Amino acid sequence: MRLLASGLTCVRGGREVFSALTFEAVAGELLAVTGRNGSGKTSLLRLVAGLLTPAGGSLALEGGDTELTLPEQAHYLGHRDALKPALSVLENLQFWRDFLGGKPFDPAESLATVGLAHAAHLPAAYLSAGQRRRLSLARLLAVKRPLWLLDEPTSALDTTGQDMVTGLMRNHLAGGGLIVATTHAPLGLTSKELRIGGEQ
Amino acid sequence: MTALAALIRRDISIALRVGGGALIGVLFFLTVVVLMPFALGPDLPLLTRLGPAILWLGALLASLLTLDRLFTADHEDGSLDLIVMGRTPLELACAAKALAHWLAAGLPLIVATPVLGLLLNLDMAATSAVALTLLAGTPALTFTGMIGAALAVTLHRGGLLLAVLVLPLSIPVLIFGVAASEAAISGPVPFGAPFSILCALSLVSLVVGPFAAAASLRHGLD
Repeated sequence: MRLLASGLTCVRGGREVFSALTFEAVAGELLAVTGRNGSGKTSLLRLVAGLLTPAGGSLALEGGDTELTLPEQAHYLGHRDALKPALSVLENLQFWRDFLGGKPFDPAESLATVGLAHAAHLPAAYLSAGQRRRLSLARLLAVKRPLWLLDEPTSALDTTGQDMVTGLMRNHLAGGGLIVATTHAPLGLTSKELRIGGEQ
Repeated sequence: MTALAALIRRDISIALRVGGGALIGVLFFLTVVVLMPFALGPDLPLLTRLGPAILWLGALLASLLTLDRLFTADHEDGSLDLIVMGRTPLELACAAKALAHWLAAGLPLIVATPVLGLLLNLDMAATSAVALTLLAGTPALTFTGMIGAALAVTLHRGGLLLAVLVLPLSIPVLIFGVAASEAAISGPVPFGAPFSILCALSLVSLVVGPFAAAASLRHGLD
C-alpha cells in the first residue's frame, strides 16, 4: 500500500498555506510532518482525510481497498476528541465502534491498553485532557483502518502515555499500516520527515 | 444499519440525559400554551377557535428551539469530521440524526398536546385532530429545519440565522397543519385535502432535507 500526493496545494481563507507539496509513504512507514506553527500541518492532515478540498494536486492510496475512498480507509485523530460528555467512556467507545463499523471486541481490553480500564463507566465529562486523548486513541484500536492520520498524538499525554502511543504506532506499522503524524517532539520511531513551510 | 442505529441511539440518549434538549422543547411548548389563556382572557369560545393555531405555533417554536444544536454540537467536538469521513453515506447519517431529533424532541410535543388542549378548551375530538396533524407535520419541521442547522453549523451563534432561514420554509407546514386541524373541528373544508398536503410536505422534506443538509455540510466543513 502506498500513499501518494503530488503537487498538493492548500488555500484557506484566500491565503495559500502551502503549494506543490509532493510526498509518498509506503506501508509500514511513518511520515512525520513537521513545521512551525501555522505552516499547515493540520491542514495537510485534513486534506488527506477529505475534510478539506485541495486547491490543486492529487492524492491517492494505491493498493488499498478499491471499493472505498481514501478517507473511508483512514482514521483521523484531531485536536478535538469527538467525545460526548454526557456518555460514559464505554458508551463513547462503543458508539464509534458501531458507527465506524468495527468488529465485535472486548471493550475492557481496548480500554486497558490505553490505561482507562478503571474509568469505563465514568461520564466522559469527568476525564482529564490526557484521558480524553487516551479514549480517542482507543477508537483507533477498536476499528481497524490501514491509514492513521494523527495530529500531535502525544499532546496532553504523560510520559507513560507517550510510550503507549509509540507502542501503538509501532504495532500498527509492523502490521503493514501507514501513519502520517504531525509532531513537534520526536515520536521515538524511525520516520520519514516531511517539512512544510520552510525552515523553523 | 448498525452504524445508523448506533447514531440514533446515541443522539436520543444524549438528548434524554441531563443537559440534553428533549425536555427543554416540551417545557417551552408548555410555557407558550399555558400563557396564552392568561393573555387572551377567559373567553372560552375564543380559546377554542384559536386553540389549534396556538398549539401549532407552540410546537413550531419549540422544535426550532432545539434544532440549532443538531449539527453544531457534533461540529464543535469533532464528531462531525468522523461522521463525514465514515463509510455510512452522509445523507443517511443526516436523516438518522434528524429522526433521532424528532423522536427525542418532536414526539414528546405530540404526547403533551392532549394535556395542553384542556387549557385551551378543546374537546377530545379536537385535541386528537391537532395531535394527528402534529404527528404528520412535525417531521417536516425537523427535516426542513435540518437544512438550516447544516447551513448554520460553521457560524458561531448561528441560532438566530437558523430561525431566519427555517421560518419561511415552515410557513406552508403551519398553514396546512392549522387548516387540517380546523377542518376536522369545525369544517366546512373536508379534513382530507389539507391533511394530504401536510403529509406530502413531510414526505418531500424527508427526501430533500437529508440531501440538502449533507451537501451543505460537505461544502461548509473547514
